[in-house]
Amino acid sequence: MKSTLKLALGLASAIFASTAVSNVAHAEDLTLCWAAWDPANALVELSKDFTKETGIGMKFEFVPWTNYADRFLNELNSHGKLCDLIIGDSQWIGGAAENGHYVKLNDFFDKEKISMDDFVPATVVGYSEWPKNTPNYWALPAMGDVVGWTYRKDWFSRPELQKEFKEKYGWDLAPPTTFDQLKQIAEFFQKRQIDGKTVYGASIYTERGSEGITMGAMDVLYSYGFQYENPKKPYEMEGFVNSEKSVKGLEFYKALYDCCTPPGASNSYMGEGVDAFKSGQVAMHMNFAFTWPGLQKDENVGGDKIGYFVNPKGPDGDQFAQLGGQGISVVSYSDKQESALKYIKWFANKDVQAKWWSLGGYSCLNSVVKDPKFPSSQPYAQAFLDSMAIVKDFWAEPSYAPLLQASQKRFHDYVVAGQGSPKDALNGLVKDWTQVFQDDGKM
Amino acid sequence: MLDRTADNVARATPEPLAKKIRGISDKGLAWLFISPTILLLLAINIFPLFWAIYLSFTNFRANRPNEVVKNLGLANYQRILGDQDIWIAMQTTAHFVFWTILLQTVIGFTLAWLIDRKFRGHAFWTTIILVPMMLSPAVVGNFWRFLYEPQIGLFSYVVSFVTGIPPTNVQMLSNVELAPWAIIIVDTWMWTPYVMLICLAGLRSIPEYIYEAAEVDRASNWRQFWSITLPMALPFIMLAVLFRGIENFKMFDMVNLLTGGGPGSTTEVASITLKRQAFESWRTGYSSAFAIILFVAVFGLANIYVKALNKVKQR
Repeated sequence: MKSTLKLALGLASAIFASTAVSNVAHAEDLTLCWAAWDPANALVELSKDFTKETGIGMKFEFVPWTNYADRFLNELNSHGKLCDLIIGDSQWIGGAAENGHYVKLNDFFDKEKISMDDFVPATVVGYSEWPKNTPNYWALPAMGDVVGWTYRKDWFSRPELQKEFKEKYGWDLAPPTTFDQLKQIAEFFQKRQIDGKTVYGASIYTERGSEGITMGAMDVLYSYGFQYENPKKPYEMEGFVNSEKSVKGLEFYKALYDCCTPPGASNSYMGEGVDAFKSGQVAMHMNFAFTWPGLQKDENVGGDKIGYFVNPKGPDGDQFAQLGGQGISVVSYSDKQESALKYIKWFANKDVQAKWWSLGGYSCLNSVVKDPKFPSSQPYAQAFLDSMAIVKDFWAEPSYAPLLQASQKRFHDYVVAGQGSPKDALNGLVKDWTQVFQDDGKM
Repeated sequence: MLDRTADNVARATPEPLAKKIRGISDKGLAWLFISPTILLLLAINIFPLFWAIYLSFTNFRANRPNEVVKNLGLANYQRILGDQDIWIAMQTTAHFVFWTILLQTVIGFTLAWLIDRKFRGHAFWTTIILVPMMLSPAVVGNFWRFLYEPQIGLFSYVVSFVTGIPPTNVQMLSNVELAPWAIIIVDTWMWTPYVMLICLAGLRSIPEYIYEAAEVDRASNWRQFWSITLPMALPFIMLAVLFRGIENFKMFDMVNLLTGGGPGSTTEVASITLKRQAFESWRTGYSSAFAIILFVAVFGLANIYVKALNKVKQR
C-alpha cells in the first residue's frame, strides 16, 4: 500500500515538475499580433527559423482585416499585454508613438547597427517614422504593400477582342498607362460574354465600414492632383483637398464605379476583389500587392492568365499609388521586450528578408528588392517595385481614425449612393477634417 | 412569518453563525440576500450610466487615456443637436422603426388570428412560423446577404421571375432606394413570429363565453372581430409594439451585417452612427452624449407609451 502511495506521489511530482518546466518554457514565448491573411501564414513559416536559432517560441494572434484595427487598437489603448510584437497598420504610427504604445527603436537600431538607409525610403517614412520625415523610429519596415492592378492577360491577348477593341478605341488592347485608358478597357469588358459567361470591367474598392473606399478613391485622386494639405502650411486643406483636380479625380472614381463594376459591388474591399477576380468575373482588379502571390498560384486565373500593372497616370501625367503595408513594433506594455527586440534584430537580417520574400512576404530591404534577380524572381515583382516607387499614404496623425471615418462617409455618400456632387463631398471632407484638427488643437 | 423564517434559518445554522443571524432583523436579512444582485446591477448598469453621463460633458477619448480630460459643459450636446448627419440618422431610424412595427404588427396579428382558428395541423405551422425568431441574427444577416446577392441570390431570381427584371438589376443592398427595404424585409421576416406569439396569447386570453353571448345576440363575425377580438387583444398588441419599438430603435446587428449603414449613409441608423463615433473615431465624450440623448428619447417615448397602454387596459 505504502509503495503504491509512494508511486502515486512520485508520479504526481513528476507531472507537476514537467508542467512547471513547460510553463517556464512557455513564459518565454513571444506573441506576435497581425492581420489574418496570406503573408501571416508565411511569417509563421519564417518564424520557425527564429525559434530554431534562439529557442524562443512564437505564438501568433491573427485577426481578420475587418476587425484588425478595432481589436488591436483596443488592446493597445487598454495597455494589454497580449502582444509582445505587433505588425500595426501604417496609419497607426502617429497615435501609437504619441500615446506610448510602441517602444522607440532608435537606440536599439544604433546598438545593433540596423540602418534605416538599408530599407526602401518610402517604407521607412510610411511604416517607421513619427513625426514623418524625422529620424524617430517606432517600427522596422516589415511588409511592403501598395495598391496595384491585376488583369486577365488571357482575355487581353485574344485576337478577336484585340481587333474589336482597336476598331472601337483606336489603340491596342494592353495594360493601361492612364486612367482614361483604364476606363475604356473597363467599359469594353463590361457585360461582355466571354466563354459563355457575363464578365465585368473592373473590381474597385467601395467598402464602407473600415477603410476600403478611401484607399480606392485616394489611389485615383493622388494621380489627379489631390493633396492633403498646403505643402507650405501644414493642415491648410482648403484648395488642396477640394481642388478642381481632386474634384475631377473623385468624379472619375464614381464614373468607374457606375460604368464598370460587377452588380452589387457596393461594399467591396480586398476579399471581395479577390473573389471577383478568382471567379473570372472581372477583367481588371484593384488590390493591394499582398494578394498577388495567391492569385498567381490560382489554378483558374493564375499562371499565364494573369498580368500585373502599376496604378495608371492621371490627366497631367502624375502617377502615384496608395501605400499599404506595415512595420513591426515592440509593444511597450510587454514584459518580454528583450526577446521581442531579439526578434526584430533577427527579422532585419538580410538572409531572413530574402527568405521572407521567397515565402510570399514583401520585404522592404534594399538588398532584397534591388537585387538584379529580383524583378524576374516573380511575375509581379517588377510591378511591385515600380509601384513602391510612387507611393503616397493617408494621414498618419494620432487622429487618423476620425479622419478616415470622415472620408469613408463622404466618398461612399457620393460614389456609391450618388448623393450630392464631388465638390460637395470634398468640401464636406475639408470641413470634417478641419474639425478633427481643431479638436486636436492643431489648427 | 418573516420572524419564523429568520428563526428557521438560525436554527439550521451552526451555533456561532446562528447567534449572528438571530441578531439580524428580517429587513436586514432581506437586504443580505438581495445585496449581491444590487451590487452587480450597480456595477454593470448604474455606474456605467452615471460614468457615461459624466463623460458626455468632457472631451475624453478612450484611445488617449493619458490626455488631460477637459470639461466641455454642454458643447457635446449642442454639437450633436446641431449636426445634420445625426438628424439624418435619426430620421433613418424612425423610418425603419415605423415600417418594421407596422408590418410586423399587421402580419403578426393576422397570423395569430389564423393560428387561433385551431385548424388541423395548427401546432405544426406555429412551430414552422417560429423558426426565424429562433435563429441567431448573425446567421440571419449573413444568409440574407447571400439571398440578396444580385448574381447568385435566390431573392433576385424570384423577383426576376415575377417581374421580368434581370436578376443582376435587382440590387437590394446596393440600391439607395431598395437598401432600407431590404433591412425592413429581413427584420419583419425574423421578428413577426415574436409579435404573433404575443398576439396569440392575447387572443387565447379572451373568454369563450363572450363570443357565445355575441352568437346569441346574432353578431356577425366581422362585428365580433371589431367589438370583441380587437379591443380585448389590443393591450397585447400594444405590448408587442412597445417591445419591438424599443428593440428596433437600437437595432444594430442586422443593419451592420447587411449594409454596414450603406450605400453611402442610406441605412445608417442611430446605433451605427453611435458605434462609429465611439469605437472607430474614438470620440468617447461625444458618443456618450449621443448615447444619453438616445436613452432619454427611448425612455421618454416608452413612458408616454406605457401610460397610453395602461389607459387602454383600464377601459
